[in-house]
Amino acid sequence: MTTYYSKDHEWIAVDGDSATIGITTYAQEQLGDVVYVELPEAGKALSQGDEAAVVESVKAASEVYAPIDGEVVEANEALVDEPAKVNEDPEGAAWFIKMTVGNSDQLSDLMDEAAYKAYVETL
Amino acid sequence: MSMNTQGRPTAAGDVGETFRPKTFTGNRGLDMEEPLIFEFGSLETTGVDLDEDESAEFELGGFKRTAEIGLAGLAEPEAMRHYVRLSRNNYAIDSGLYPLGSCTMKHNPRLNEKMARLPGFADIHPLQPVSSVPGALDLIDELAHWLMVSTNTSAVAMSPKAGAHGELCGMMAIKAAHTAAGRDPKIVLVPESAHGTNPATAALLGYKVVSIEAKDDGTVDLDALKKTIAEHEGNIAGIMLTNPNTCGLFERDVKQIADLIHEADAYFYCDGANFNAIVGKARPGDLGVDAMHINLHKTFSTPHGGGGPGSGPVVLSERLAPFAPLPFIRKTDKGLELVETEAATKDGEQPFGRMTAFHGQMGMYVRALSYMMSHGSDGLRQASEDAVLNANYVRVGLQDLMSLPFGERPCMHEVLFDDSFLKDTGVTTLDFAKAMIDEGYHPMTMYFPLVVHGAMLIEPTESESRAALDLFVATMRDLVMSAKRGETERFSGAPYLAPRRRLDETGAARKPVLKWTEPAPAEVTPAAAE
Repeated sequence: MTTYYSKDHEWIAVDGDSATIGITTYAQEQLGDVVYVELPEAGKALSQGDEAAVVESVKAASEVYAPIDGEVVEANEALVDEPAKVNEDPEGAAWFIKMTVGNSDQLSDLMDEAAYKAYVETL
Repeated sequence: MSMNTQGRPTAAGDVGETFRPKTFTGNRGLDMEEPLIFEFGSLETTGVDLDEDESAEFELGGFKRTAEIGLAGLAEPEAMRHYVRLSRNNYAIDSGLYPLGSCTMKHNPRLNEKMARLPGFADIHPLQPVSSVPGALDLIDELAHWLMVSTNTSAVAMSPKAGAHGELCGMMAIKAAHTAAGRDPKIVLVPESAHGTNPATAALLGYKVVSIEAKDDGTVDLDALKKTIAEHEGNIAGIMLTNPNTCGLFERDVKQIADLIHEADAYFYCDGANFNAIVGKARPGDLGVDAMHINLHKTFSTPHGGGGPGSGPVVLSERLAPFAPLPFIRKTDKGLELVETEAATKDGEQPFGRMTAFHGQMGMYVRALSYMMSHGSDGLRQASEDAVLNANYVRVGLQDLMSLPFGERPCMHEVLFDDSFLKDTGVTTLDFAKAMIDEGYHPMTMYFPLVVHGAMLIEPTESESRAALDLFVATMRDLVMSAKRGETERFSGAPYLAPRRRLDETGAARKPVLKWTEPAPAEVTPAAAE
């Protein structure tokens, strides 16, 4: 399993032709206390850059974008009832969606962990 | 110790300076701890005593209420006290400087109120015969004239009830114009620095929102705009731009933006929330704007906030004018006519529908026109100039201590700081805002716009005197110095002196309590029963 990162602060853990997507610790820190999460239905087709989910904190509302093309397989409904999980374990239990990898070439548009860390340093 | 002639001390001396008694009532002196009306009103109490009108025929049929509605009642003196006490916990433009950026909390001149209370305006009803209210029609038409002249536009939809409603109206006119031309574009462009309601409006009408990046100076990136237009050629309905934008900056390329949009067969919607910075200085029609709402409760001094209501007429360019919604006023040889129905329209009039049941916010029309006529065109221009001057006075007074995200260029009617000056102090924008409450100020707008980190958007409004601005600037400087000295306690627990301490915003958002429910009766312990 390899984890990639986007400039919009999503992480995507790819395992063969399925992927899990969430927001990074940095994103969670910037948002502050998350109070609301809106997730897509399973089966929804997403293109790279499409709005996949919405996350709202006391400070701001923000979109979670699909880092690659694919179809939503499962959404983490537990976040809807307990949005605080996004603050507690953003890169683990608080994943947002699982999706298929529609186009693995698009993964090369993303960063690895080291590159993402360096990117966050510049912000 | 000084005494009066009866030997009673007239000053407290040193006694009790720091002692704070725990009061029996929960009140702190004149700061009343007011319960909810449900907690002390009762169903049996009422402030009115009317005879049952037995002759009245009910026309409600099955809709006639059969049970009590469960509203607590109070006698008139208690009702007065309840609301007066609550109002003392309110912060208003009438009680202090209200620097809420992007909201334009203007002084509401008392002359406006006097005019709005004239019986000929205050006591009319939207259902009375049009022939009995020619004065009201005249007033609406006169206000529409002032709005069109100050914006150089061809028509105005008067009925929208506030800014976002006006946006919806303007975008519906744009959609109607595309439909009439046999087009069905799907995309609306919205720059990052636009008001948050802009993308919401576009989305409500089924448009896909495409965001346009801002340049490092906080204004729209023309190259990004060109690229996006090319990418979506033929599929763009319009752009929604706020000018001056929410960074408090004038979009200098606005004319080029308008031209690019028009070349793409699209329309230019301008969010007029910040029109108060440019009235009498620039006319949106000259800048290529096709539709713009005007917040009478911002630019033209009608009450804003809880007291409102808002009012958001939309001016329309010649191309959009035919699509203005019902009802509208038409000028004829015989005077003014109110066009209320599709059937009453004439050639060329293609209203897209209707936004409101009636004619809009008449009371606000009276106030706005009073403001315009009492200021005159030169006075309105000066109000804009003073708004910009005041914001820049605050900017210059604070820029050496706080941080301007886009450099020391002049701002418009509001000045935007980011939180980099608080770096490593442990104080956040939120803490800073809460500490302002202890100083007796309503905080500025915070964390908006999103394009800068920890935003603090300050709009002092034009009516603040130099002395008021000096005190505000000095207070802000004191707070900044305090944060930089590491006095974090002043911030982390603020507000200390407000009727309520810091509220649990997270809890309120995650588990909102939207309805009052009667608490379970407290268990009476033997000790309490004694």
